[in-house]
Amino acid sequence: MRLIPHTLAVPAAALLALSACSSADPLTEENNDAGVSGDEPREELVIGSQQYYSNTIIAELYAQVLEDQAYSIDRQFEIGQREVYVPELEAGAIDIFPEYTGNLLQYLDSDAKASTPDEVHSALGEALREGLEVLDFAEATDQDSYVVTDEFAREHDLTSVADLAELEDLRIASNSEWEARPYGPAGLEELYGVELTLVPVEDSGGPLTLNALLSGDVEVANIYSADPAIEKNDLVALEDPESLVLPQNLVPVVSANVDEQARAAINELQQLLTQEELLKLNAYSQDEQASPSDVAAWWLEEQGLLD
Amino acid sequence: MNHLLDALELLGDAESWQGSGGFGARAVEHLWYTAVAVAASALIALPLGLYVGHTGKGRYPAVLGSGVVRALPTLGVITLAALFVGIGLTAPMIAFIVLAVPSIIAGAYSGVESVSQVTVDAARAQGMTPWQVLFKVEIPLGLPLILGGLRLATLQVVATGTLAAYVGAGGLGRQLFLGLRTQDYPLMLAASVLVILLAIALDAVFSLSQRAARLRTGP
Repeated sequence: MRLIPHTLAVPAAALLALSACSSADPLTEENNDAGVSGDEPREELVIGSQQYYSNTIIAELYAQVLEDQAYSIDRQFEIGQREVYVPELEAGAIDIFPEYTGNLLQYLDSDAKASTPDEVHSALGEALREGLEVLDFAEATDQDSYVVTDEFAREHDLTSVADLAELEDLRIASNSEWEARPYGPAGLEELYGVELTLVPVEDSGGPLTLNALLSGDVEVANIYSADPAIEKNDLVALEDPESLVLPQNLVPVVSANVDEQARAAINELQQLLTQEELLKLNAYSQDEQASPSDVAAWWLEEQGLLD
Repeated sequence: MNHLLDALELLGDAESWQGSGGFGARAVEHLWYTAVAVAASALIALPLGLYVGHTGKGRYPAVLGSGVVRALPTLGVITLAALFVGIGLTAPMIAFIVLAVPSIIAGAYSGVESVSQVTVDAARAQGMTPWQVLFKVEIPLGLPLILGGLRLATLQVVATGTLAAYVGAGGLGRQLFLGLRTQDYPLMLAASVLVILLAIALDAVFSLSQRAARLRTGP
């Protein structure tokens, strides 16, 4: 869960990634007859995921959909940060990785100018190294969002980030990185004329950030758009009409090892991943304390995607 | 290696030391948190440790209790405390005190216990009251070990002090977290180097005072 900060995960993830390089070489042509009935035996596909429960659920969705089509899957989940796993993708050690369009684009090309979901997606296709591609992006996003309590929104008639410009002495609870991000103080001031004072809380929009907002320590909090806490606590995510925050649509990065049939299966799944469904997946995981594979199995069954 | 050179360059740059968010102000905050946490822990732990050492009572629970508390991960304690008391300095202070108390207790009781039983008996035979035995014999003779406990606690708190920034307080953790999250590794390293320097400086102060205490009490 989020209580464990990503920071502590880095050394462990680095080890994991190292072990991933040695054990999973997609270039070796193994025949995986076991468990495959009827279809021709296929090459094993390696799926990775970030050290983030929601991302691992998505990776598990890809894995189960592909297994249903008789692909054999090697799960290399919970790899920490982009610095660790992007080189692995580029080296061909991982074949499929659920990603977020905006952040990946900024990682690959920090000068990218794209702002709408479509622009970001096509820019991403160009920024990726040869041999890697992005499939269709889902409607669902998991991105930084400016969130206020329902009471505060009503009191000051807030619907968009721009409405905050009317108010003074506002504080925001967020990771300290917010100060250095394009969607942070500089962008807010330039696009909306809004000034916020940072109260740094380093749990990435987790329970401490939420608590700070609910207890009135801050007026605004930076909470991810796919966090079920927004709905559970009647919070209002302020609209961002000027696209200050780069869209973070869910998108799979795939290697050349992923054939047409697998791509079609994943794209079909992507169609179903609306914001509402992503929130449902995350909420189910938190409420039931279910493992990513159980969450994925439950959802795929509900969607009727598994034969 | 380049990151380290960049970090040292950053530390050499006067500008990065200025202002309310500069290294100077953050280092002072960091030292202040450390001083407050160790002082508060000493207020709690010294009387307890001296009591255990002097009377020999409660030694088992003291050893067991401080062992259990030492096993608590500080970040977990901070998060848990902050869920109850909110963000700010209170939660990390609680965690730092939890971190520092066991070392100080251990130092205090082993300091008192280290005094030879013959010496204590001699003091009693001369008609000293238990308080006199404690303050005139056991504490002065056990001082090097008692200071050792404080030294260890200070080292632990100054090194862990970066976690205060996790819940909205200041200290050198601000630069450390910012550098970590924005992949600004020179900034992160610069903050780490400063924490290390603070730790070494504080340790040196304690080392000197321990030596002074030893010289005073004789070999």
